[in-house]
Amino acid sequence: MLKNRIIPCLDVKNGRVVKGINFVDLKDAGDPVEQAKIYSDGGADEICFLDITASNENRDTIYDVVEKTSKKCFVPLTVGGGVRSVDDINKLLNCGADKVSINTAAVQNSEIVVESSKKFGSQCIVVAIDAKKNGDKWEVFTHGGRNNSRIDALVFAKNMEESGAGELLVTSMDRDGTQVGYDIDLMSKISSRVNIPIIASGGVGNLDHLADGIIKGKANAVLAASIFHYGKYSVKEAKQYLNSKKIPVRL
Amino acid sequence: MNITIVDYKSGNISSVINSFKEVAQNKVKVQVTSDLKKIKSSDKVVLPGQGSFKSCVDALNKINGLRDTLNNFAINNKKPLLGICVGLQMFADIGYEEKETKGLGWIPGKVSKIDNQNGKFKLPHIGWNQIDILKKSKIFKDIENNSHMYFVHSYEFIPKDKNVILATTDYSSKIVCSVEKENIFGTQFHPEKSDKIGLKIIDNFINL
Repeated sequence: MLKNRIIPCLDVKNGRVVKGINFVDLKDAGDPVEQAKIYSDGGADEICFLDITASNENRDTIYDVVEKTSKKCFVPLTVGGGVRSVDDINKLLNCGADKVSINTAAVQNSEIVVESSKKFGSQCIVVAIDAKKNGDKWEVFTHGGRNNSRIDALVFAKNMEESGAGELLVTSMDRDGTQVGYDIDLMSKISSRVNIPIIASGGVGNLDHLADGIIKGKANAVLAASIFHYGKYSVKEAKQYLNSKKIPVRL
Repeated sequence: MNITIVDYKSGNISSVINSFKEVAQNKVKVQVTSDLKKIKSSDKVVLPGQGSFKSCVDALNKINGLRDTLNNFAINNKKPLLGICVGLQMFADIGYEEKETKGLGWIPGKVSKIDNQNGKFKLPHIGWNQIDILKKSKIFKDIENNSHMYFVHSYEFIPKDKNVILATTDYSSKIVCSVEKENIFGTQFHPEKSDKIGLKIIDNFINL
């Protein structure tokens, strides 16, 4: 039976791990390579690096981080943030990323998803959707949550599936950093709309939130940063908890 | 001993390279090349493959003489070869991804899309799934039945002769996830991304 994945996410800035509250107030807290190794040894099903401020800054440091990590971690590694072109994707894959997540560039022009999924295969193309609630719908944001594209997130999700995305990483901007739980409504609506796996992100504060993301949010994988990063829970504890709730996980 | 990972521009093979180097350390030489002479003279060959069946076969055919060299290596000289993911799928006669494409024809059978039962099962099949080992094999030495392996694919290999099947995994149906035919081995899952247990399979292949 296919297991639900637990994915610790490391937000990286200038080659160092940070985790912000609502994308601001960044704290420097560690070496990403070491952190990733701790996670993979602890049973993480996948590791995610998000180069969060990369759209605005020199991002060459991430290549070095990815290269070093991929030599030490033998679980899938997803890298995103500031990916603008097919060439960027190629570079990250060559450094040892297994999947690349695309956000702003995919919103601006879906051709990057079409082209890269053809070139490298859908299996390594993840589209990251940053969505914020506005009335009874969700709008897609770009540039690390700074710009509102006004595109409906549900329509966008379907469009990305059709363009060749292998997976969707759905982040609720309203919940990110708040620790009050995933936006279950958003997750389940997108998951029901598309036939590709979705990864729920944004808002995890306790282990029940992970369970909710899978059961109520119908997510195939759950991503969290703070609860793991600041040692509130280990990946192992998270998995044992989900297992006790009869949610299939790899123990 | 030296092992060659065939670099035929089939997409991302960094993880395969990293994992083999990690397991081999300094005991075994791991080379990454499409140089025909080097492939011929290696003891073992790894055939990775990412992307579509068609894109991999096309990439393989683009390198003059590579197909014949691999054929000689695996079929005539019967030297050990491991196909990973689409590398395994290419053993088939024919694949149906994008459009009908001829495979290497080493193990009779076809590669078709996984039946998602009208959307009940999401595709790609991404993540950790358990393998049901049906037959004893050297590459599964010290691998417990029902171990978790990392999968990412939408197409499955359906061999004609069921005797070649080493293991299956359950996703909408029993999907063939490992095959063995004499000196030819294949895994649909990614041992290079399956943590310590995956590295053990790589170790087993190296120690064949």
